[in-house]
Amino acid sequence: MPLTTVDAAAKRGVAAVQQYSLLSARAIANLFHRPFYGSDIITQADLIGIGSLPIVILTGFFTGGVLALQSASTLAQFGAAAITGQLVSFSMIKELGPVLTSLMVSGRNASGMASELGSMMVTEQIDAMRALGTDPVKKLVMPRITATIIMLFFLTIISDLVGIMGGAGVAVLMLGQDASQYFHTTYQSLQFPDILQGLVKPLFFGFIISTIGCYYGMSTRGGTQGVGRSTTQAVVVSSVLIIFMDFVISRFLIGVFGR
Amino acid sequence: MTATALETNIPESQVHPDAPAVRFEDVSIGFEEKDVLEQVSFEVKRGEMRILLGPAGVGKSVLLKLADGLFKPDSGRIFVFGFEVSAMPEEELFRLRESIGMVFQESALFDSLTVRDNVGYRLIQEHVLDDEIDRRVSEALRFVELEHTMAKFPSELSGGMRRRVAIARAIITKPELILYDSPTGGLDPITSTTIIDLIIKQRDVSKTSSLLVTHRLQDAFMLATHRFNKETGQIAELPDKQTDPSTSFLVLHQGRLAFDGSTHDLVHSDDDFLKQYLA
Repeated sequence: MPLTTVDAAAKRGVAAVQQYSLLSARAIANLFHRPFYGSDIITQADLIGIGSLPIVILTGFFTGGVLALQSASTLAQFGAAAITGQLVSFSMIKELGPVLTSLMVSGRNASGMASELGSMMVTEQIDAMRALGTDPVKKLVMPRITATIIMLFFLTIISDLVGIMGGAGVAVLMLGQDASQYFHTTYQSLQFPDILQGLVKPLFFGFIISTIGCYYGMSTRGGTQGVGRSTTQAVVVSSVLIIFMDFVISRFLIGVFGR
Repeated sequence: MTATALETNIPESQVHPDAPAVRFEDVSIGFEEKDVLEQVSFEVKRGEMRILLGPAGVGKSVLLKLADGLFKPDSGRIFVFGFEVSAMPEEELFRLRESIGMVFQESALFDSLTVRDNVGYRLIQEHVLDDEIDRRVSEALRFVELEHTMAKFPSELSGGMRRRVAIARAIITKPELILYDSPTGGLDPITSTTIIDLIIKQRDVSKTSSLLVTHRLQDAFMLATHRFNKETGQIAELPDKQTDPSTSFLVLHQGRLAFDGSTHDLVHSDDDFLKQYLA
């Protein structure tokens, strides 16, 4: 590869990170400046939160179920099938609840944001909005970031609960375990750092999903083909970043709390 | 810039009443290391219409977006109503844009909003009362003869109707300057004439300053040779091959201004490019 190509690619990469950081910073700063688009936040919360509820419930339920199914047989080999509930709750609350919910919401909403804002970009609707005296970052980006962070937090809690219920369904109805014992072990060993870890992650993941979705939407060029490209990139980049940040946050919190 | 304007609540367009509506001083801009405009300088006086001609891809739309502050030039200065838009932060530009209407090339209507909400967008954002919005939207749509489309969505309208709705959206706040980006581009000749009629009517009734981009010579010369007759309510050709004194031309060629002058000077120019372009 010629040196000039590497040079140009590096500059493009730095410029993209710079644009992403500026967009995110402006969107957050806009939260504290008038006009405040409260109704847009509620509309987005409905679209992102309520709209994602069915896929989050289904994913959470079956993930909890399959966790119970797989772990029970392994645990039984050590005579520890009784702690199936504990394993399901630990896995769901600390890892799978936040990560799987975020990946589902990313697939549904980061793509939605990128395609919606991208279409507005290529049809000059964003320019028209600016020409009509409205800041598109304030009107379009800020409500999406706020709504995604808030709703992902609650969706993760729902996913955790439904996952534990799914695990219970499999453990009790299919594996013949005692329901009281299952639920007792799910919360008995849970401690504050476990819950904190599970609740901090969706805040970061929500920020990643919305800012990446909006960034790719707002930087769309090249007509309908460009919209398609932005949509794909938004999902891929946000999914990879979610998994990467999951590792970083987990390592940090384990370092702080020791578990 | 707006300290005075904010304190006195004077529209931005009236803060510097003697300043021209638009002034470009040696403006250059490029994208991805390709120069689009080089050292462009011209002026649009108050109440004047300037028609910007040039081949496709020469930078006409970019120039118009520069005038509205949607792009920042690489070098040079741009003034609108005496304010340097090339150096203003976006927050201050929003206030200045209250005095500027813009009609985009492909209308750029918000496809998820009805015609009523598109035309009244600015009023809705300013929390104007619903009755007042309805009244002013009706008035603007009546001007473009589309009052019956209030509840429709842009996707339900034809290309020409969308362009007329875009004009209604641009004029609803009675701006002092209107920027038209190829308002007849991609339209059939009859619909184009309807749009040009509306622009002539707007120019002659409101005496608004305007900068119009087009690559259709027939539309440009119709604007220069016709006027709105207030008595008959019709568009009529000026007698004795006269041209409208407030309408003049700019021609862009290879990123530079190849012509800046009246209709007469343009038609009688000896420049080879202009002769070929007008032929």
